[in-house]
Amino acid sequence: MIGEHLAALQVVVPLMAAPIIVLVRRGAFAWALTMVVSIASLAIALALLVQVREVGVVSYALGSWAPPWGIEYRVDIVNAFVLVLIGLLATIGGPYAWRSFAAEVPEDQHYLGYAMFCLCLAGLLGIAITGDAFNLFVFLEISSLSTYVLIALGRERRALVASYQYLIMGTIGATFYVIGVGLLFLMTGTLNLHDLATRLGDVAHARPVLAALAFVTVGISLKLALFPLHFWLPNAYAYAPSVVSAFLAGTATKVAIYVLLRFYFTVFGKSEIFDSLPTQDIFLVLSVAAMFVASAAAAYQENLKHLLAYSSLGQIGYITLGIALANQAGLTGAIVHLFNHGVTKSALFLLAGCIWFRVHSLRFADLAGLARVMPLTCAGFVVGGLSLIGVPATAGFVTKWYLVLGALETGHWWIVFLPVVSSLIAVWYVWRFVEAAYFREPGPALIGIKEAPPILLLPAYVLVALTVYFGLDTSFTVGTASRAAEVLLGGLR
Amino acid sequence: MSPLAALVAALAIPLIGALLIAMAGRAPNLREAITLLTAVLLFLAVASLTPHVLAGGRPQLALFQILPGLLLAFRIEPLGMLFALVASGLWIVNSIYSIGYMRANREEHQTRFYVCFAGALGATMAIAFAGNLITLFLAYEALTLITYPLVTHHGDEEAKRGGRVYLGYLLTTSIVLLLVGIIFTWNVAGTTDFLPGGILGDHLGKAATGGLLALFMFGIGKAALMPVHRWLPAAMVAPTPVSALLHAVAVVKAGVFSVVKVIVYIFGVENIAGLSSVDWLPFMASLTIILASIIALRSDNLKRRLAYSTVSQLSYVVLAAALLAPLSIVGAVFHIAAHAVSKITLFFAAGAIYTAAHKTEVSQLDGIGRRMPVTMAAFTVGALSLIGIPPAAGFVSKWYIVSGAAASGQIGAIIVLVVSTLLNAAYFLPIVYAAFFRPPPAGDAAHGEAPIPILIALVATAAMTVALFFFADVPLQLARQVAGLPD
Amino acid sequence: MSAFSHFSYWVTIFLMIGGLYIVIARGNLVKKLVGLAIFQTSVYLLYIAPGKLIGGTAPIVADGFQVYSNPLPHVLILTAIVVGVATLALGLGLAVRIREAYGTIEEDEIADQDRATEREERGA
Repeated sequence: MIGEHLAALQVVVPLMAAPIIVLVRRGAFAWALTMVVSIASLAIALALLVQVREVGVVSYALGSWAPPWGIEYRVDIVNAFVLVLIGLLATIGGPYAWRSFAAEVPEDQHYLGYAMFCLCLAGLLGIAITGDAFNLFVFLEISSLSTYVLIALGRERRALVASYQYLIMGTIGATFYVIGVGLLFLMTGTLNLHDLATRLGDVAHARPVLAALAFVTVGISLKLALFPLHFWLPNAYAYAPSVVSAFLAGTATKVAIYVLLRFYFTVFGKSEIFDSLPTQDIFLVLSVAAMFVASAAAAYQENLKHLLAYSSLGQIGYITLGIALANQAGLTGAIVHLFNHGVTKSALFLLAGCIWFRVHSLRFADLAGLARVMPLTCAGFVVGGLSLIGVPATAGFVTKWYLVLGALETGHWWIVFLPVVSSLIAVWYVWRFVEAAYFREPGPALIGIKEAPPILLLPAYVLVALTVYFGLDTSFTVGTASRAAEVLLGGLR
Repeated sequence: MSPLAALVAALAIPLIGALLIAMAGRAPNLREAITLLTAVLLFLAVASLTPHVLAGGRPQLALFQILPGLLLAFRIEPLGMLFALVASGLWIVNSIYSIGYMRANREEHQTRFYVCFAGALGATMAIAFAGNLITLFLAYEALTLITYPLVTHHGDEEAKRGGRVYLGYLLTTSIVLLLVGIIFTWNVAGTTDFLPGGILGDHLGKAATGGLLALFMFGIGKAALMPVHRWLPAAMVAPTPVSALLHAVAVVKAGVFSVVKVIVYIFGVENIAGLSSVDWLPFMASLTIILASIIALRSDNLKRRLAYSTVSQLSYVVLAAALLAPLSIVGAVFHIAAHAVSKITLFFAAGAIYTAAHKTEVSQLDGIGRRMPVTMAAFTVGALSLIGIPPAAGFVSKWYIVSGAAASGQIGAIIVLVVSTLLNAAYFLPIVYAAFFRPPPAGDAAHGEAPIPILIALVATAAMTVALFFFADVPLQLARQVAGLPD
Repeated sequence: MSAFSHFSYWVTIFLMIGGLYIVIARGNLVKKLVGLAIFQTSVYLLYIAPGKLIGGTAPIVADGFQVYSNPLPHVLILTAIVVGVATLALGLGLAVRIREAYGTIEEDEIADQDRATEREERGA
């Protein structure tokens, strides 16, 4: 009975939790309910993944209005994978949020923070699960609006400005997206993604479809912080509360990438639109720029969270590079990196939060000699950093393997060396942390500092362990990603 | 113990040892006892495998799939067997030496040191027994990272700089070139297993073969083929036992081992013999041999001179393998062992001199042979071996390399070897001469030999250097199996 | 077909560009939000205008009515308006908080203060 409605419950559970939390107005209750909701989301996502592995596609007609008239929730292997990632990171973030919120957010705002977290979770899950282009916009805005609030909860006043800037950019992005969808609706009369895909075949070459593609691309690229549309991201991640940074870094941009994949391969895949635009080349150039420029910018940051944020921009470049390659290996690399980088970067942000919790600063100057007083935190950070570099036996290595393989398949030798050369920049910025933490004498800021409390360290370490685990046993990640790539490429002519 | 159990033991013992050493951190005696015990057990496990491998056994172990179609797998063949024997055998001696050196010089962070050392040996065993390129690569990178804390052991500005160069060169080459080479191989051949005769077959064109070979040869930065040799002298900032580990036991040996392994088991000697697009390799190796020797000749710092000597000697192995003649392959394999025992002797001697007399420059060594006769005698044995004078191990490998070059009519290689022998003599013999026949400078502080553990280690490796000349059967037999020659 | 026959599109494009221009060109946080609202309004028009047929009625089946307007765009835009209002409210709320924290809502003055904070941190 419940099995039939899993797709709806995936969104409804966190969505309902938010108003309940607001009504009860208790921090502890809010936290407990958020925990329950997060775990339920992960469980439902896993159940859905198991289902789609068996049957291929789970389609759920919301309110029993048959698609394409009603809103359809449509789960295949691609978004089931994304749902699992979101559920996983929410579940990990839950226990961490307790101490993180206590330290960084005024107590009377705790329950509101948790309500926003639930809304954000519902929005992100909704984006991933829905099969309706306009419904996707609504979820996009639900997640975005709650995200703005979560970022504004940050302890510094700069968080407010960061949130405001994100609001402007995010709204422009979402509006561009909805303009694109509007044009598609005008041309086809449908909003169902699957239906759109079939009907677009008949109207290919029409100029509004081209315009729609451009609007959707720019809008989503803003949300996924594709270089050079990334200006909102570093400050937003840097000044948000730790647990929020960690959750967003792992999910928000990743979900946007999923939307891009869905539109490029499922919706526009069957039309001839791509032949008339050099989309692939544009993405290739922008990815390369992100991989090199943003990564290099990371190496010059003074604040650890800024460093991680810029590193995220570079890592997003890997994902879009895989999308630009548009072959089985490249796309597998992109999807697996979407997951692996989500896990790794969340771990790193959680550990950065651990450092802030004790040191109350994330500036490199204050982190000198940190490894003496917080050895576990630093060790975990180094492991996560190695994954960013792509050292074998970490999750990051898997990506690089597939990206290089995908590049080899295109036959362009210069592309082959791009991902590997840019990972050297990651060595550079990761080693800045290593040298600061391990090779300098502890400064006055570190006197009396202890290791972070277990409740903060444990969730981070779960993700660090997963980073290593998914580097060694890739049957789940690569297995799912390569099937997802097959599904997406199957959408192509 | 069954071969499979011994294989598992050889891989697991160093890691378990590292764990126990970390737990025993507060009790130095216990910690060092565990180190020694681990080293001995590891050697026994490896040694117990030797008869089986000599008889043609090839134990293998597949753990799990890293990527679809790519297993984390181990398979022992003669080359890996020899490398594992050398590394695990020298680790025992090195541990004895480390205990003496670290205590005498009152080094800090000794627990970290011993843990990383054991970890490095674990990675080395995984390299030696790797059954395919992906396993090799994994262990190769692990070795780089686990030796980083050893190289930067002193933690000062100089160590940090040395560490940067070390990591920079090794990670850059391995990620940018080696990894791409491995993926290319996988893409072309559909496998990365090490198989006799190679796996590339005729999948690749002439130019692509040459290109792929370049990716591997420069990608394996640990083999220090010029111009990717700079990390080796930079890593000299480390304590002497670490230098010994880098130069003799694990790191550079892992490099040349991988070179030989790739040439023999990935490319296949017969596949690429006579291919004009791979001719650059013997040329580059020759260039490295000569240039590095000249730099060694001009270095006054003893450890730096030894480091460049290593760069030069490593290219002996590369050159020998690149000659693609069966007898020279035997020489290449044997030289891995011969250079290991000789060079570790030289480093131990340099460390002993530093510990006892606090001298680091060649020009300070006048007359030191009178105060430290045992040390300098051992140094002389190591030097003679590397010059290639019997009765020392270095002679045997040189003999085979020259025979291989002569048999395949590669006169250029013979000339390079002769010139380099002269250069070796030119940078080693003056040290020996000065130590024994020049008077010590006036006002020199009185000192005797280094502490006993250091001397024991020193004499042991010097004895091994000579023993390897007289009892060369087992390594030669293994080497002949690698080259595909009848026993 | 004259340019006038695409009248609604011209208005849409004008609002779109005008709104976006205000967002980019104005430094005042509230004015930026006004621009954003105008920009969003253009989308409402983009959806609704094509949904209306001249002479069409609401889609209620009754005698005498053959031509119906498509109701779906109206429904969608009702949702979009709600989203737009929420965004505007949140944006204004943030502007108020920023004014409390910085004492100004001019972008360049805020940036100046942030730079000063950064210099202070670096000095400390």
